[in-house]
Amino acid sequence: MKTDSLGSLFLKRFKQNRLAVAGAIIVLCLVVAAVFAPLVAPYKPNDIDRKHILMPPDIHHPLGTDDLGRDVLSRMIWGARISLAVGFVAVGIASVIGIIFGAIAGYYGGWTERIIMRFIDIMLTIPTFFLILAVIAFIEPSIWNIMIVIGLTGWMGVARLVRAEFLSVKERDYVVAARALGASDFRIIFRHIMINSMAPVLVSAVLGIAGAVLVESALSFLGIGVQPPTPSWGNILTLGKDNIEIAWWLSVFPGLAILITVVGYNLLGEGIRDSIDPRLWESERK
Amino acid sequence: MFKYLAKRFLEMIPTLFGITLISFFIIHLAPGKPTDALSEMNPKMTPEARERLEKLYNLDKPVIVQYGMWLKRIVRLDFGESFSMDRRPVMQKIWDTKQPLLERRLFITFMLNLIAMIIILMIAIPVGISSATHQNTLYDKITTTTVFLGFAMPSFWLALLLMMLFGVYLDWLPISGLKSMSYDSLSVGGKILDRLKHLVLPMFVAAFGGLAADSRYMRSSMLEVVRQDYVTVARAKGLPEKTVIYRHAFRNALLPLITLAGLSVPGLIGGSVIFENIFGIPGMGQLFFNGVMTRDYSLIMAILTIGAFLTLIGNLLADIGYMFADPRIRTGR
Amino acid sequence: MRIASSSTIIILILMLLTPACKQKVKGSETEADLKAENGQPAYGDALVEGVIGEPSNLIPMLASDSASHNVANHIFNGLVKYDTDLSVIGDLAESWDISKDGLVITFHLRKGVKWTDGVEFTADDVMFGYKTIIDEKTPSAYKEDFLQVKKAEVLDKYTFRVTYEKPFAPALTSWTSLVILPKHLLEGKDITKSDLVRSPVGLGPYKLAKWVSGQELVLESNKDYFEGRPYIDRYIYKVIPDPATMFLVLKTGDVDMMGLTPIQYTKQTDNTFFKNNFRKYRYPAFSYTHLAFNQKHPWFSDKRVRQAMSYAIDKNEIVDVVLFGLGSPATGPYVPNTWPYNPNVKRYEYNPEKAKELLKEAGWQDRDGDGILDKDSKPFSFTILTNAGNSLRKNTATIIQSRLEKIGVKVEIRTVEWSTFVNQFIDKKRFEAVLLGWSIGLDADQYDIWHSSKTKEKELNFISYNNPEVDQLLEKGRRTFAIEERKKAYFRIQEILADEVPYIFLYVPDATPIVHARIKNIKPTAIGISYNMPKWYVPKPLQRHTMGQ
Repeated sequence: MKTDSLGSLFLKRFKQNRLAVAGAIIVLCLVVAAVFAPLVAPYKPNDIDRKHILMPPDIHHPLGTDDLGRDVLSRMIWGARISLAVGFVAVGIASVIGIIFGAIAGYYGGWTERIIMRFIDIMLTIPTFFLILAVIAFIEPSIWNIMIVIGLTGWMGVARLVRAEFLSVKERDYVVAARALGASDFRIIFRHIMINSMAPVLVSAVLGIAGAVLVESALSFLGIGVQPPTPSWGNILTLGKDNIEIAWWLSVFPGLAILITVVGYNLLGEGIRDSIDPRLWESERK
Repeated sequence: MFKYLAKRFLEMIPTLFGITLISFFIIHLAPGKPTDALSEMNPKMTPEARERLEKLYNLDKPVIVQYGMWLKRIVRLDFGESFSMDRRPVMQKIWDTKQPLLERRLFITFMLNLIAMIIILMIAIPVGISSATHQNTLYDKITTTTVFLGFAMPSFWLALLLMMLFGVYLDWLPISGLKSMSYDSLSVGGKILDRLKHLVLPMFVAAFGGLAADSRYMRSSMLEVVRQDYVTVARAKGLPEKTVIYRHAFRNALLPLITLAGLSVPGLIGGSVIFENIFGIPGMGQLFFNGVMTRDYSLIMAILTIGAFLTLIGNLLADIGYMFADPRIRTGR
Repeated sequence: MRIASSSTIIILILMLLTPACKQKVKGSETEADLKAENGQPAYGDALVEGVIGEPSNLIPMLASDSASHNVANHIFNGLVKYDTDLSVIGDLAESWDISKDGLVITFHLRKGVKWTDGVEFTADDVMFGYKTIIDEKTPSAYKEDFLQVKKAEVLDKYTFRVTYEKPFAPALTSWTSLVILPKHLLEGKDITKSDLVRSPVGLGPYKLAKWVSGQELVLESNKDYFEGRPYIDRYIYKVIPDPATMFLVLKTGDVDMMGLTPIQYTKQTDNTFFKNNFRKYRYPAFSYTHLAFNQKHPWFSDKRVRQAMSYAIDKNEIVDVVLFGLGSPATGPYVPNTWPYNPNVKRYEYNPEKAKELLKEAGWQDRDGDGILDKDSKPFSFTILTNAGNSLRKNTATIIQSRLEKIGVKVEIRTVEWSTFVNQFIDKKRFEAVLLGWSIGLDADQYDIWHSSKTKEKELNFISYNNPEVDQLLEKGRRTFAIEERKKAYFRIQEILADEVPYIFLYVPDATPIVHARIKNIKPTAIGISYNMPKWYVPKPLQRHTMGQ
């Protein structure tokens, strides 16, 4: 009953926030484009056309063609799949790791906490992009590896957040009561504390997706991300750079797509945050 | 105060150790032998020759021994020999004492990041404050939106667009390197102008993302401070708004920003890979990228470590800055 | 500030939509002079070449990247060199005698040649270089040829003699700049740690004046060069890691010379600006790109399957799309217009029907109607591996993929970082097909690539090609000096390779350098343009760069 009213309250607030709704629509469009790419895309993404190499946008190819005469619009629609998958999987991995470490540190405290926090400090000191590049170059740059590496290097924020939540929640009455009743640590962590700490994690996850999308596109742009001929926004941009003088459409459109996507996730994330009961939010933060 | 600093220094030691451990082992988890890059696909390369190369690099020893040897050397700032074909000492590549300061890679990257940081703070602080004091005005909305876009804008895309506009179409600014071909024949003024021109685009790109984050942070921290009791009291005393903002609120609003600036160092350094790569800037980021592409083990380890070390220094500086800005710490609580 | 930056972006996007093309004409050169074929030779000026990669090591025997050799070639000379017609002529050796049995070569060296530090060059330097390269402590990739030497002697200050175990056709041409080192500076030192790696002392037309890592190398002319002082005072290599940027720099005038990409050559340089200020050259490069099949793979061990692939791939399409026509379809492991090249081998014109027929004969048919051929209920699906970072290869693989799809063969493309590519896949023979290029030496010997004894791990016959007749011919070709006999052997090898299709030879690309028009006396030949670089000059009125005080 409690969750029900919270849920409807949340939806009501969310709907009133125009920017949040805009973010949700952007993300929704992205999901639809990605899922239905074969139906939405006007051409096959890998169809080579030797007669239409590097054609500027026209009626047949609204966003032009690339250096093998492939339709840029179609490739971008297929590229949305990569973007979506990387964002969700990488953040999923990061969240799981972050929750585990954060929960352990926050719940047990003491030297466990100190070691974990020190490890987090160390990880935060190494420039993440350096770390990702180093690892990617040594393993095979497949899309799965990229997701994993982005995830493995992006969990520290979540861990800190979860730890803070735990610290504030673990002395509350219901947790103390559960412990007194002899509930196992595992049960306490996951049944009693976790549920109550999820809201900020969700917000940070949605915002994290935006970051993951940016990292993936940067890696693909540098040529060590998603491998061709699989289309991704980042590797279309690489073609844009290679043909900077003669094919502006290869630089402009994929970049816009990234920008809009990242804005979308950010708006959505902030919208969710603002729509969660602000009082609840504040008390949880303290 | 000294105690606090000393404590911070001591805390850095295990962190440093952890950093070397992480950078060393991450790289050794990867498959493949580093001498591959030396022999490439060369019709004149025999297996014997390859084995010889592997021996030359001590790769036959156990990993833990390799780490021990490496650690012993890096204490003396000796990061070993590069795995690339030139086999120069890695430190010489990063900090070539035979070159003037301005041409040393670490110095270039360090300076560029420092300049970017200064630009960021110089713009982010006033913008953040003014949009906080003009909350919900058109100005606030515009800056917030711009900042938001800046946050979401992939830096390499921004770089690409700027190169296209100022380098290709308008032909106003150079798009590659740090100086022109004719640099040596220029007058002193000409040299400075030439360098500045080369810095415009990379600095703009490097600063843009950070600018967004920092000014946004400054704004919200200012908004929070303005709501505090002592500000209300100051206002109630009838102090002019300017005094209230700049004397009382500003200092306290700055505190979280200092921490944030310290934390943004790794992001900036990591970002140098991208903008140095795009703008052909011969800094450490470019070197790192090349090292990554050629599997230059020792170079990657060295730069990971140095990058982390720079971050540590950044954090320490932020702490010191914090100390000076926060009277509670300065007076020893 | 905020407002400014947001409007900048809007302007930016507007600008992009209006394709304005602004050309910059620099300098005081008059058009007529620039266009003139020749002028008065004069000393002075500088030539700036844009290069993608930075050299690693300027001691030739230690370097295995082309960037290093390109620079070192201006600094060191060999005993012999190739002439423009690919015959061998003297360089530091005035002449040489070869014994009747071909086992002994005696080099007579030029007298009075000096290293740039003033010390005279003698046979001891050659001996020192030879001993260094065969020393097992020297990490050189070029030992193999010198390990064939049984005995080396210094007969006198200007005479050097080598004796071989067996006749070895590539013997003479192996004595190029790889083994000429200044003994007086290197004796008793660890060559890999020597300062000469980064500041070499040579005896060639240029000497290194400055090397700024990641930026540029400045060579200065050697005024005492034994073939005469080069006209152009400075030769500058400017390192610019990507071709698009380099091209923009070329337009601003900061670079005088670069290798154009196919698209730059065909689409971006045919305007008046380039016609007035630059000259483009085009000639076949000494390399070819191919698709190699793992001969041990059960599907590709069938010759009909390999031939079918050959019929299904349209080499002309690849040349048109990837190279924009700048190259030619390859027919074998040699390039056209060289003596070992056999123009009359079997060619596979694009013929998908024929391909399907051959596959059907081999048992491949689409039995389950999914559009992909199958046999023993396995679909015909394989992976083409290639190295990352080469857009021409990536595009070639993509075209092959789409062509093979049309005959019902499914292809995956995997690009792998180079060392992983070699170590994990090539050496372990863990591949079905690879897309690669070989750059070919000027000598015809390709023993290492095709001989059945060279199939061990890390050796170059990584596809495990095995044909006894080819083995025999390879041996024959390297053990005689008679060109006609060698030619016969290599012609036959090409016929066999064309029939058996261990590789599909795809294309020979053209080299497409562009050079600023003020630089005169460039004469393109079969071996390119840079062979007579010391004789290039800029007439006085056209000189652009002066020495800084």
